[in-house]
Amino acid sequence: MGLKRLGLLAGLAVLGVLALVAAASGGTSSKRASNALVFGAASDPVIVDGPLVSDGESLRVVDQIFQGLVGLKPGTTQIVPLLATGWSASKNGLTWTFKLRTGVKFSDGTPFNSRAVCFNFNRWYNFPGPLQNNGVTYYWNTVFGGFHHPATGNPGPDKSLYKGCRTKGQSTVQLILTRRSSSFLGALALTNFGIASPTALVKYKADAGTVDSNGVFHPTGTFGTQHPIGTGPYMLKTWQVGNKLEIDANPNYWGPKAKLQRIIFRPIADNAARLQALQSGEIQGYDLVAPEDIKTVQSNSNLKILNRPAFNVGYVGMNQAIPPMNNLKVRQAIAYGLDRATVVSKFYAGRGQVATEFLPPLLEGYSGSKAMPKYPFSPAKSKQLLQQAGLTLPVPIDFWYPTSVSRPYMPDPQRNAEAFAASLEQSGFKVTFHSSPWRPDYLSQVQTGKAQVYLAGWTGDFGDPANFDNVHFGAFNPQFGFHNTKLFNMLSTADAETNNAKRVKDYQAAEIYIMKFLPMVPYVHTKPALAFQKNVKGYIPSPVSLESFATVSYSS
Amino acid sequence: MLRFTVRRLLLLLPILLGVSLLVFVWIRLLPGGPAQGLLGERATPQSIAQINRQFGLDRPLYIQYWRYLVETVGHLNLGTSVKTFRPVTEELQQRFPATVELAFGAMIFAVTFGIPLGFLAAKKYGSAFDHGSLLASLIGISIPIFFLGLILKYIFSVRLHWLPSIGREDVLAIRSHPTNFYLLDAIINRDPEAFWDTIRHLILPAIALGSIPLAIIARITRASVLDVQNEDYVRTARAKGLPPHAVDSRHVLRNAMLPISTIVGLQTGLLLSGAVLTETVFAWPGVGSWLKDAIFDRDYPVLQGGILFLAVVFVVVNLVVDISYAILNPRIRLS
Repeated sequence: MGLKRLGLLAGLAVLGVLALVAAASGGTSSKRASNALVFGAASDPVIVDGPLVSDGESLRVVDQIFQGLVGLKPGTTQIVPLLATGWSASKNGLTWTFKLRTGVKFSDGTPFNSRAVCFNFNRWYNFPGPLQNNGVTYYWNTVFGGFHHPATGNPGPDKSLYKGCRTKGQSTVQLILTRRSSSFLGALALTNFGIASPTALVKYKADAGTVDSNGVFHPTGTFGTQHPIGTGPYMLKTWQVGNKLEIDANPNYWGPKAKLQRIIFRPIADNAARLQALQSGEIQGYDLVAPEDIKTVQSNSNLKILNRPAFNVGYVGMNQAIPPMNNLKVRQAIAYGLDRATVVSKFYAGRGQVATEFLPPLLEGYSGSKAMPKYPFSPAKSKQLLQQAGLTLPVPIDFWYPTSVSRPYMPDPQRNAEAFAASLEQSGFKVTFHSSPWRPDYLSQVQTGKAQVYLAGWTGDFGDPANFDNVHFGAFNPQFGFHNTKLFNMLSTADAETNNAKRVKDYQAAEIYIMKFLPMVPYVHTKPALAFQKNVKGYIPSPVSLESFATVSYSS
Repeated sequence: MLRFTVRRLLLLLPILLGVSLLVFVWIRLLPGGPAQGLLGERATPQSIAQINRQFGLDRPLYIQYWRYLVETVGHLNLGTSVKTFRPVTEELQQRFPATVELAFGAMIFAVTFGIPLGFLAAKKYGSAFDHGSLLASLIGISIPIFFLGLILKYIFSVRLHWLPSIGREDVLAIRSHPTNFYLLDAIINRDPEAFWDTIRHLILPAIALGSIPLAIIARITRASVLDVQNEDYVRTARAKGLPPHAVDSRHVLRNAMLPISTIVGLQTGLLLSGAVLTETVFAWPGVGSWLKDAIFDRDYPVLQGGILFLAVVFVVVNLVVDISYAILNPRIRLS
């Protein structure tokens, strides 16, 4: 091929481009949305159907479209009326009566009433086998625990907290439970239990699907992908997977109308890409700001940081199935040997506070008691405890930390691990590190009980102490490796208590007991950050990430 | 050539069988599984067992593989994502066009600048230009794509506001995408604004992704031209008194094109297999970032189906390269 031919080809290429331009021209230009805000999401939602998701990006969208019987006061974990205006529990705690808001319609114009509530609860209770696994219906499994027609090996009615639903006229509904539980009321504030239009659920075949020979469910309906119909301030406009999901203000909304006509969720997986998109004005806000980016945002006069209240805990776990962690003195020695104050002050950019108990301070059940053992950093005390345990110093331990991850409670796990190892080595331990990528490798190793001492943490799903304490210590858990009937009973009693004041005391007592028993050493509660353009107003960060865009305004 | 093409296409079958087996075994050797990928911190032994039972992951490996083959070959079904419930073929229809647009954008950039750069460097062998081009191509190969991407975005998006930093189109635009090839869609819809908008979104990722192929093409071109221009037939052509540009065009560049076309083909095949870093940095919804997420999620159907599809693409692209040899150089006979 000669230069002339190359030149000819280049000329043809230019002509081709011009031809393409010419072909594209002559038509009409695209329309643009106005009165819209673009929010940078970390990913696409899985599906816009609350009971079938548990990830933050799905719930962010679901929360704008669906509403539950109860909600949370913005910015808090305090339960407030939403689709129910009031509720009461029977004396035996097994029947909960909800008075429903009247005059509410779904965005398809059909009425919200007691039949709709029962239809939804019965839908969840009757999910088909492929939808019964924890990966799909995590919150139903966690809160209600069983299904009417369980697939082989799945929990059935005998394990279910839910027994049935009764309508009492159009605007009163009763939920019948199989046992006493108070945490379920807090759990009902989860968007997962938002009430969907029964008409739409049937019309768009919400639960229809096929199961391939690998056991994977493939929905054939379009409810969760094209027609999610709820009572919320917004409704789904379009969803182009990988590109954007748009929601528009719901004209039938019963409450104050949304200030912005359209919210666009744009999936941007990379933290740095989200920051640059905010700086360039392509998005107006995003969540999960990396700690190292906070200063960059704060130094830009067009941007601002909003703080989400601390609703998490970072902890050093100890697996009692791996000696010598079965010895309380050794666990206490580790607690005294962790320089928690230094780690929190050095690596959390002022956004962390040293944790003295497992629950975050804003949650009911947080003790704050003087009786709480504190375990200040004390190498001498640590060594003394190890010697009392009959061990020869230094005591070898395997310390696990994750890589390829940044969590609000653990922005840089390696630095935390190195600092903790240094303080433990001062305190009579000999640390051997183990690390692996966070998901699923590290989590798998920790959860199956392979890690002896490890970094981990938890962000609450809903505003109830059971979501912290019972999830971790309410039953045998291989990552902690202990069987402590007293603790298991304390927590199940606390969860079942319907008198809130007594329930709070029960959890406070459990908190103190946990810190004496020391299955782990909590070390930090942090405030995650969101970033916005300065002219975005009305966004109220929630501790459990349930944030409505209806109150948000934006002047471009 | 027809027999050659058919034979190569038939060879796809054992290749795909091998790839499917390798991928099947490889992803199961990784720690964790779909249950941990789905549940993260929330996994419990019970929930892991529950999910493994549902997906048949508690069965012996050979049974799992057989069921996978039956589903893929018997039902022509690449599977459904365990995380998103979306069929793999549907995701590929959405994402592969994005990858193709990006890959071709990057290759156009790389070829347009790489071949002239390499050719001129060879012609000015030993000069400052030659050394400069060598240095530039070294930097092009060495600089991490994600870093280059961030720098480009910082300059052209954040500071200058000339070009967008993420995605394939203006997110506020209301457009239809019948083919998911956005340039083609703009033409179908006769929408010039959409066309330019798509080009503007393509520029930075194409430059970032094309930087390495550009450097490789420039170096190969330089080496190839240096080799060829010392051949006897070139010396003879010069001795016969042919003008320098005629020697270069008819004898040097034409003969130097074979290794260049090989590398262009290979690079195109690689880029079509997905560009994880570029797609991640530019929030480009292509195949690479999708498969990366699937690895973290241990989404077995997506990994198995997606990689199988990319293997087909890679083999086909290489077949096209082989066929192009014969067109570029009639002395080569395909057999």
